[in-house]
Amino acid sequence: MPMTIAEKILARASGRPSVQPDEIVVARVDLAMSHENADLVRKSFAEIGVKRVWDPERIVIILDHRVPAESERTATTHKAIREFVAAQGIRNFYDVGRGGICHQVLTERGHVLPGMVVVGTDSHTTTHGAFGAFATGIGATEMAGVWTEGELWFKVPSTIRIEVEGKLRPWVSAKDLILYIIGQLGSDGADYRAVEFDGAVIRTMSVASRMTLANLSMEMGAKVAFTPADEKLRDYLAERAPAALFEPVEPDPDAAYERVIRIDASKELAEPVVACPHSVDNVRPVSSLTDIEVHQAVLGSCTNGRLEDLEVAACLLSGHRVHPRVRLLVIPASQEIYLEAIKLGYIQTMLEAGAMINPSGCGPCVGVHQGILAAGENCISSTNRNFIGRMGSKDSRVYLASPAVVAASALAGHIALPAEVGEEVFA
Amino acid sequence: MSRILTGRVAAVLPANIDTDIIYPGRYLNITDREKTAEHLFELAYPEVRAAIQPGDLLVAARNFGCGSSREQAAAAVKYAGVGAVIAASFARIFFRNAINLGLPLVVSPEAVERVREGDVLELDLEHGVIRNHGREETYTAAPLDPRAIELIEAGGLVPHLKRKVMAHA
Repeated sequence: MPMTIAEKILARASGRPSVQPDEIVVARVDLAMSHENADLVRKSFAEIGVKRVWDPERIVIILDHRVPAESERTATTHKAIREFVAAQGIRNFYDVGRGGICHQVLTERGHVLPGMVVVGTDSHTTTHGAFGAFATGIGATEMAGVWTEGELWFKVPSTIRIEVEGKLRPWVSAKDLILYIIGQLGSDGADYRAVEFDGAVIRTMSVASRMTLANLSMEMGAKVAFTPADEKLRDYLAERAPAALFEPVEPDPDAAYERVIRIDASKELAEPVVACPHSVDNVRPVSSLTDIEVHQAVLGSCTNGRLEDLEVAACLLSGHRVHPRVRLLVIPASQEIYLEAIKLGYIQTMLEAGAMINPSGCGPCVGVHQGILAAGENCISSTNRNFIGRMGSKDSRVYLASPAVVAASALAGHIALPAEVGEEVFA
Repeated sequence: MSRILTGRVAAVLPANIDTDIIYPGRYLNITDREKTAEHLFELAYPEVRAAIQPGDLLVAARNFGCGSSREQAAAAVKYAGVGAVIAASFARIFFRNAINLGLPLVVSPEAVERVREGDVLELDLEHGVIRNHGREETYTAAPLDPRAIELIEAGGLVPHLKRKVMAHA
């Protein structure tokens, strides 16, 4: 029977020859990731009453939401997690200063391979679909069940295939493409579904950009989102997981899709876009928003804190000063990216432009620390959510955009097209 | 718990009530489930939080619980005393979290259209029927999956697994 990528992976993980949408299967879990909420998982796990986790080698814990600890309560949480991983023999633990944002570290360190079933106690676990994994977010109690049994039930999702042809115009990035798609489909447009991205635009994208697509697919409700497991991914993994076999899972040519969406990026995406408050599907072209004053600009997160994101921002900022009204916060997604950005001079360029560099982690994206907004403030941000109060006051406003738009807006003091700033920069 | 629930509708909420509205990120380091209830709807709907009486129902339009995987969102609703949530649709992680904590969720676009704050509803989880005695109306709901009913009746995934583990010990 022909199958989609999601169907193939779930069939294999549940030991069946084939599966169909809406069937319930129990799948073995290849990788179980948690961050600070490992403390919640640990508590539920203790209540269940099992002494040892099912497989310490398949559990990865990465501290990122509140690093370094911003309060005594968090310090206590971190300490409890350290004690737990030591007691359980969980070696894949990335402490403060050793990792960065969980989704970045998980892939950078070669933990994720095509065909895996990955669950994480973080909604943006969909990111790992860029590595060909069936990867999805679950809650803490459910993770305690995974730690106990090493398996989880799934309803087999139907699949939406999105084929993006043409070419991305200058200054239009993967972030603009996925925001455009979310704007078209709505914030529940892919609810409970798998998404398969393909087409010339996706095939030419870097692995980092594909991670942005898979990551933000969560914001249209997707359970999982895949980009092609091709030569680019093979090259990436050859470096990151040299001992692992590369076994890509391809959809069958006659697989059944719930819907096929075709996008001509050259025609449909004339310019970068922004997701306006307070929902990710409230998407508008940048040129319609240039009267919006900016008080804070944030460049970072699991969505857009990778080297290519810092590079485009550094190019725009080079030799310029951030607008006096604007606080520009830069958060490299991992320690490794941070170090690389230092070597390449991006960090110096951004510091000279007036940016503040935050430690690698989730930073202000979750509204906890390191850049909270006051009432009446607007923030242009390369992060993933613009919900009410997401980054601070319920009366603040978060606009989601690409790293280039964030950098351009930081210079202009209002939401701005990178082309306008860029012309000046590259003149 | 019984498969038939009765409760008063404490509030009718709009579409896309996200997890940050339900439970702000700043309180994610609270891991005591009972304590999460203090911060339910704190930023956007504090009056709803204040109005909830034990056993009350919440009603919401589509995509309730969209956003984060934070389990505290479902815990805050449950421990604030809410007996069940009825919505036109739920975001998938919130759905699983709620059932895993033993909080019944009912999908019924029809009920969401018709009911008003203060109505008293009777929910038949197993058969997917909602009765609004005050208005003499009956609405169709999606019957809850038998696995979900089993989890709710056990009081959630933790007691369910605890029983399973003890049976194998």
